Amino acid sequence: MAFKLKSRSVLPGFGLTLGLTLTYLSLVVLIPLAALFLKTATIPWDRLWLMISEPRVVASYKLTFGASLVAAAVSALLGFIIAWTLVRYRFPGRRIIDAIIDMPFALPTAVSGIALTALLSKNGWIGRYLEPLGIKAAFSPLGITIALVFIGLPFVVRTLQPALEELDGEAEEAAASLGASRFTTFVRVIFPSILPALLTGFALAFARAIGEYGSVVFIAGNMPMKTEITSLLIVTKLEQFDIAAASALAVVMLLASFAVLLAINVLQWRIAKRYRGVM
Amino acid sequence: MSIEIKNVSKTFGSYKALDNVSLTIADGELVTLLGPSGSGKTTLLRIIAGLESPDGDESKVLFDGENVAQQSVGSRQVGFVFQHYALFKHMTVFENIAFGLRVRPRSQRPSREKIAAKVNELLKLIHLENFGARYPAQLSGGQRQRVALARALAIEPRVLLLDEPFGALDAKVRQGLRDWLRRLHEEIHVTTILVTHDQEEALEVADRVVVMNQARIEQVGPPAEVFHHPKTEFVMDFLGQVNVFRGRVEQGQAVVGGVRIDAPAMVGAPAHADRTGDTKVYVRPHDLQIARHMNGAPALAATITRINPAGAVAKVALATAEGEAIQVDVPFEKFRELGLEKGEQVYVAAKQARVFAPEYEI
Repeated sequence: MAFKLKSRSVLPGFGLTLGLTLTYLSLVVLIPLAALFLKTATIPWDRLWLMISEPRVVASYKLTFGASLVAAAVSALLGFIIAWTLVRYRFPGRRIIDAIIDMPFALPTAVSGIALTALLSKNGWIGRYLEPLGIKAAFSPLGITIALVFIGLPFVVRTLQPALEELDGEAEEAAASLGASRFTTFVRVIFPSILPALLTGFALAFARAIGEYGSVVFIAGNMPMKTEITSLLIVTKLEQFDIAAASALAVVMLLASFAVLLAINVLQWRIAKRYRGVM
Repeated sequence: MSIEIKNVSKTFGSYKALDNVSLTIADGELVTLLGPSGSGKTTLLRIIAGLESPDGDESKVLFDGENVAQQSVGSRQVGFVFQHYALFKHMTVFENIAFGLRVRPRSQRPSREKIAAKVNELLKLIHLENFGARYPAQLSGGQRQRVALARALAIEPRVLLLDEPFGALDAKVRQGLRDWLRRLHEEIHVTTILVTHDQEEALEVADRVVVMNQARIEQVGPPAEVFHHPKTEFVMDFLGQVNVFRGRVEQGQAVVGGVRIDAPAMVGAPAHADRTGDTKVYVRPHDLQIARHMNGAPALAATITRINPAGAVAKVALATAEGEAIQVDVPFEKFRELGLEKGEQVYVAAKQARVFAPEYEI
C-alpha cells in the first residue's frame, strides 16, 4: 500500500494538499450549499412554486439576469479594448492604467455604489448632463448595468491580458504575407485565438454580476417590479425572517447561474480542445 | 522572379543589423543565407518579404526590376515560412492552406471548388493527403512545417522565403525535409531564399550560398566554391572545422614549425607575398595526414589525445609538444590500417593549407 501511494506521484504532499482542499471545499462551499437545499426542501412544493413565481420575484429575475448579461457583454467589449491597448502598445502611464484596472476589486462595493450614484443622479457631475437628454442613469436598469460593468470589467481585462500576451506574432505576420488585411487578420486569426479567454472573462463577469449586491442597491433605487434585483429580495426576505422564501430564491439563483456558467464552460471547452488537438 | 537587393541597410536603435548589403538572385534559383546568429541574415530575409522596412531611400529591393521597398508584405506576393511554423492553431490543415486564397478580395477569389482542388493538390504535394481535417496540434513538427510550406505555396508566390525552416526539428527529420525541399524546388522552380545557421544544410540544399557575418556579406558562390575556396578567414572558419596554426609565408608556401605546406592562392589572384610576421595558417582536418614515422616528408610531431571512430571518418584529436591542438579526419580504412591508439606519438603532414592576405592588402 505504501509502495502504491509512493508510485502515484514523485511530488510529496499529495495526501495533505488534497485533504486540505476537500476540507476547505466542504466547510466553505458544500456544507452551506447543502444547508440551503435542505432548507428549501422543507417547503411544500405548491408553496415553493408560489414563492418563486410571484410577479415581483419574476421581475427581479428578469432584471438581474438581463442586466448581468448586458453588463457582461459590455464588460467583454470594453475589457477587450482595454486589455488590447495595455498589451499591444507602449505608452507613458501604461503601468498606472494597468494598476487602476484592479480598483473595483479592492474598493468596497458599497463605496463604488455610492460613488456611482452620486455621479449619475440628477444633480451628479455626469447625471446632470444626461437628465436633459432624457437619460435616467441612476435609479434605473441603466444605472444597475453601469454598476455591474464597473464590477465586471477587471475580470475580463485580467483574463484577456495573458492570452493577448501569448498571441503568436508570427501567425499575424504569416496572415499578412498571405495577403490578409489587418481587419481580416484580426477577425480570422487573432479573435479566434483569444475567444476562449474572452468567454472565460465574460463568464466571470456574468457570475459576479448575478451575485452583486453592494454596488447595486444604492444606484438601483429598489423600486418593486422595476429596479429590484434578486439579491435585494433575498435580503428583504431575511430581514422579515422569512428564511424559507429567502433560501428558495437563493436556490433558483444558484441553479440558474449554474446552468448559464455550465453552458459557457462547455462552449469554451469545445473551442479550447481543438487547439490542444483532442478531437 | 529575379530579385535584386541594392545598398540595403537596417538599424534597430543603435544596433546595425545590415550594413549596405547588395545581392542579386536569379529567377528560379535556390539561395541560402548562411551566417551565425546576429549576422543579419534573418533581417535581410524579412526585408525582402516586406516584414521589415530598410533604412533610407537608397535601400532598394527590386522584384523583376521593380522597386518594392515601399510595398506592404501582402502586396508583394511572397511565401514566407517561419521557424516555428506559425500555423493558425484554430484552423484545420485544410483551412490553413486555403487561408491565402480565401482572404483574397471577392473579385480575385477562386470558387469554393477551385480552392478545394488547389488545397488537395498541395496536400498531395506535401504527402499529407489524409490530414486535411486535422488540427496543427495533432501533427508532428515535420508535418507542421510541410503544412506551413503548402500554405505559403497556395498563393503561388513569386518568391519563397524560408526562415530557418528546419531549425526546430530533430536531425533525421531535418535531413528528410532538406532532400524533399531540394526535389520540390526542382519540380516547381520558384525562386527560393532559405536562411540557416547550419552550414551543412546551406551547402547541401543551395544553388548558391551567401555567407553573412556582422551585417555584411562575406562571400557569395556555389557551395563547392565557398567551401573549397573561401575568400575570407571568417568563411574558412565558419564552413566546417578547421585547424589554425601560427606560421609565416615564404615563396607562396605556408611555413608552420619548420614544415612547408602548399598554400594555393585564390583563383586569379597573385601568389601570396612573403610574410615573416605572425600569420594564421588554416588547414582542414581532412587535409591532414597521420603517419607513424617521418618518411622523408617534413611533418609535425604530435601526441594523440582523443579518438572518435564513430562516423564515416575517424576524428583524431592531437596535441603538439607546444600544446597546440590539432584535429585530423582519418578515412576509416586508413584508420584501421594504422591502428592508432590514444597517447601515441605520431607525425602529422598537411596536403594543403590556406592563408589569407591581411585586410589592408585587399
